[in-house]
Amino acid sequence: MSILSEAEARAILTRVVGLSKADECSATLSGGVRGNVRFARNDVSTSGVVTDTDLAVRVAFGRRVGTATINAFDDAALERVVRRAEDLARLAPENPEFMPAIDKQVYMATDTFGAGTAAITPEFRAKAAADAIGPCRAAKLETAGFLEDGQSFVALMNSKGLWGYQRATDLDFTCTVRTADGRGSGWVGRSLKDAGSFRAGADVQTAMRKASASAEAKALEPGKYTVILEPAASSGLLAYMLNDFDARSADEGRSFLSKKGGGNRLGEQMMDPRVNIYADPRHPELPVLPWDGEGLARGRVDLVRAGKIASLPYSRFWAQKQGKQATADIGNMVMDGGTKTTAQLIAGTQRGILVTRTWYIRSVDPQTVLLTGLTRDGTFYIENGEIKYPIKNFRFNESPIIMLNNIDELGRPVRVRSGEGDMLMMVPPMRLRDFTFTSLSDAV
Amino acid sequence: MLAPSFFGRAIAAEALEDGIEVAVKKRLADAALNASRSAGASYCDVRVGRYLRQFVITREANVQNVVNTESLGTGIRVIADGAWGFAATNELTVDAVAAAARQATAIAKANARVQAAKVQLAPATGVGEVRWATPIAKNAMAVPVKDKAAMLLDVNAAATGAGASFVNSMLFVVNEQKYFASSDGSYIDQDIHRIWAPFTVTAVDKASGKFRSREGLSAPMGMGFEYLDGKPGDKTVLPNGVVGYKNSYDMKEDAIAAARQAREKLKAPSVKPGKYDLVLEPNHLGLTIHESVGHALELDRVLGYEANYAGTSFATLDKREAGFQYGSPIVTIVADKTQGGSLGAVGYDDEGIKTKRWDLIRQGKLVDYQAIRDQAHILGKPASDGCCYADSWSSVQFQRMANVSLLPGTKKLTPAEMIANVENGIYIAGRGSYSIDQQRYNAQFGGTLFYEIKNGKLTQPLEDVAYQMRTPEFWNSCSGICDERDYRLFGSFFDGKGQPSQVSAVSHGSSTARFDGINVISTARSLG
Repeated sequence: MSILSEAEARAILTRVVGLSKADECSATLSGGVRGNVRFARNDVSTSGVVTDTDLAVRVAFGRRVGTATINAFDDAALERVVRRAEDLARLAPENPEFMPAIDKQVYMATDTFGAGTAAITPEFRAKAAADAIGPCRAAKLETAGFLEDGQSFVALMNSKGLWGYQRATDLDFTCTVRTADGRGSGWVGRSLKDAGSFRAGADVQTAMRKASASAEAKALEPGKYTVILEPAASSGLLAYMLNDFDARSADEGRSFLSKKGGGNRLGEQMMDPRVNIYADPRHPELPVLPWDGEGLARGRVDLVRAGKIASLPYSRFWAQKQGKQATADIGNMVMDGGTKTTAQLIAGTQRGILVTRTWYIRSVDPQTVLLTGLTRDGTFYIENGEIKYPIKNFRFNESPIIMLNNIDELGRPVRVRSGEGDMLMMVPPMRLRDFTFTSLSDAV
Repeated sequence: MLAPSFFGRAIAAEALEDGIEVAVKKRLADAALNASRSAGASYCDVRVGRYLRQFVITREANVQNVVNTESLGTGIRVIADGAWGFAATNELTVDAVAAAARQATAIAKANARVQAAKVQLAPATGVGEVRWATPIAKNAMAVPVKDKAAMLLDVNAAATGAGASFVNSMLFVVNEQKYFASSDGSYIDQDIHRIWAPFTVTAVDKASGKFRSREGLSAPMGMGFEYLDGKPGDKTVLPNGVVGYKNSYDMKEDAIAAARQAREKLKAPSVKPGKYDLVLEPNHLGLTIHESVGHALELDRVLGYEANYAGTSFATLDKREAGFQYGSPIVTIVADKTQGGSLGAVGYDDEGIKTKRWDLIRQGKLVDYQAIRDQAHILGKPASDGCCYADSWSSVQFQRMANVSLLPGTKKLTPAEMIANVENGIYIAGRGSYSIDQQRYNAQFGGTLFYEIKNGKLTQPLEDVAYQMRTPEFWNSCSGICDERDYRLFGSFFDGKGQPSQVSAVSHGSSTARFDGINVISTARSLG
């Protein structure tokens, strides 16, 4: 039941939509097989495979809406989930913001499926764990990590003729290496489209190097520093900022994109002119499904162009109310950069701090997108183009909007999966001025 | 059908349809147990789960969505050749479950080839066929959706009537129907209920471009719909008129207060950074306990099993041996999987271990951790603590936080009496921003409401307050804890941990407590 063909999915959804007596019915069928191996203390700790398939049914009677989901597919279960959604809709009050089911869409297929990833076996996962553990055991370091892969399908249909079907795969690997005395820690993360290029044994070397190099950390005073944020370090801050790219909350006066006196800041120069941020489901490095959660077709959306707010996505309701075009929710994010690697940015830095990764980022003040969080798993002081010594971790209180006004130089973007929210991103390493650290952490 | 008449006709909600019959679940479980044994597993546990969730989501006068979700399936965990393996399937047939058991065994054997240390399980005696259910007075799944929606819209109208610019309110209802069987001879059927009714009220001053929000002061609870009865006797009125709630919540009253307080926040001055004595009420302090004690004393973190994601812990095993002074002598913190009304209360954990209460910090000293079956031997314990949990049939169970709570003070003391002795402080109520490092040393917390304390009196509301702390110094600065009259539960409904990430729900009880000389920063910034 896990991976259904297009014909199988169509047969189930046709039956579901046909069962509904509501004014309209939309159904999404999704499923997959997910495998993982987790290791810690230089040993495999847990490993498993999960197969599941889910059906979500949304129906409407007039402006009354109900949604129900189920993961069983016998005739009785299909009938049950449709009736349950209908029962909920009948009992729900009318929604003044109700939007009818979307019309038939034209989807441009995106390259989300990799046969190599779909063919991963338990032995492949166990070997990946062994490839990471082996060098650490030999070097008397301690590793913990996680490999997760999946193959999936999504199909959607509604009573207005909408139809979409696509398969996808994903593979993500993260690995932390610590020194035996617990004084040094390094990390590496890899998000791949295709398992063919995955080499756990090579990746772990980065984490091992950072673990050993970070063991004799010195304490620097908290304050404002020039920093180089590796892509994994800035992706979480960018993810929080993206949450605010919504026309309605901006128009309502409750976002950093709201304008004093009313309205929004579309078109305003809010960041350094080198900042270009967009979403594109067909980007070759990070293809995502060509539709959003509602089934709206995704296209390229420019969010920031030359530092100006280039667009604010509109939900279907808000678009109708404001006389605008509705925008599908974005599925990925690309931030343009330059051509230099992180190492080349370091070489061009007189004094600064290299941040491998950030952790536990939370919103402090939505008015300014002020965020707090900490550095982790490899923080180093740079002087005259070289890493001089490891430093203790810092807590930061910083806004990505302020950060993107303080750009010194951008490097070459790489694919990362954001630590906050799981979105796939292309993010450049960034050298930034005046990044605000507010306290020291003893954590390693 | 426990819905009372004032909620109207109780609908035949699907949740009240018969779940899977126990005999059917036992047949599936036995198929997995037999298949894994035949495939060479030395241990097997099977969880047949039916997870029901309902969400009612509103803003202002609109019900945005009503969602019922149901997920059924079986998760099978085995030990073969000394290694763990896990497989899960949503196909509830004897053949599919047996195949999953064989798959889990094959995975375990693949892992065993690269595994150096073999799994050691603490002994557990099978408990036979038993049942346990959350003691609820009104099954929230049985309350008509129409009435739930009407209740939330009434709350929203009250908030906007009291001056809110916007209000978002929600109701989350969870029912976990869990069946556990193991090769030790346990067959445990449990019916778990939880409820949460959060809201956010926002006030906007368009002229200045400023906006401020105030969250509700409820707690998610391991209760039925009776939590929303709003019994007057379950309220605590604090010195400044802020109302705290125990086992019964008046959502409408809280929303009206929230609207007024959100508008106050628009005009409140920013805090002046510096050292303050903090008076922290239970709906705030719960999150600080959660982050700086609950997570720090999870044995899997201490040992390094979470090093790649959630992190490790500063509270290493040598500190327990040395009687590490985690907090001041008035600080006693317990773990408890049995506490009535709490989110974590169950009869048996997801390894089939009967639950209990135990001390983590006694009179300030670190005395214990939270351990499950494959960890108990590391602490020299004869048995698991019974704090293993999986958020779905499809997730592998692992060590999760029990309810971790600060015991109330033994001397009579009210929050008003506590505040009367503070010269230069801040009173903080409700949860806010929170962040802590991967070893649980350095934390930063905001809050919902902040009031300046000057010479024993609450003077004015403050804004932009966050305190930064180092865990041992913070708990050792605890100089006062109010008595049991002020004791309330805070809750976290979606606490994340593990890879793949899982959520769990956990409560933290405390009375209002005082912490001296804590570093407070101002979070005010300008984007120009």
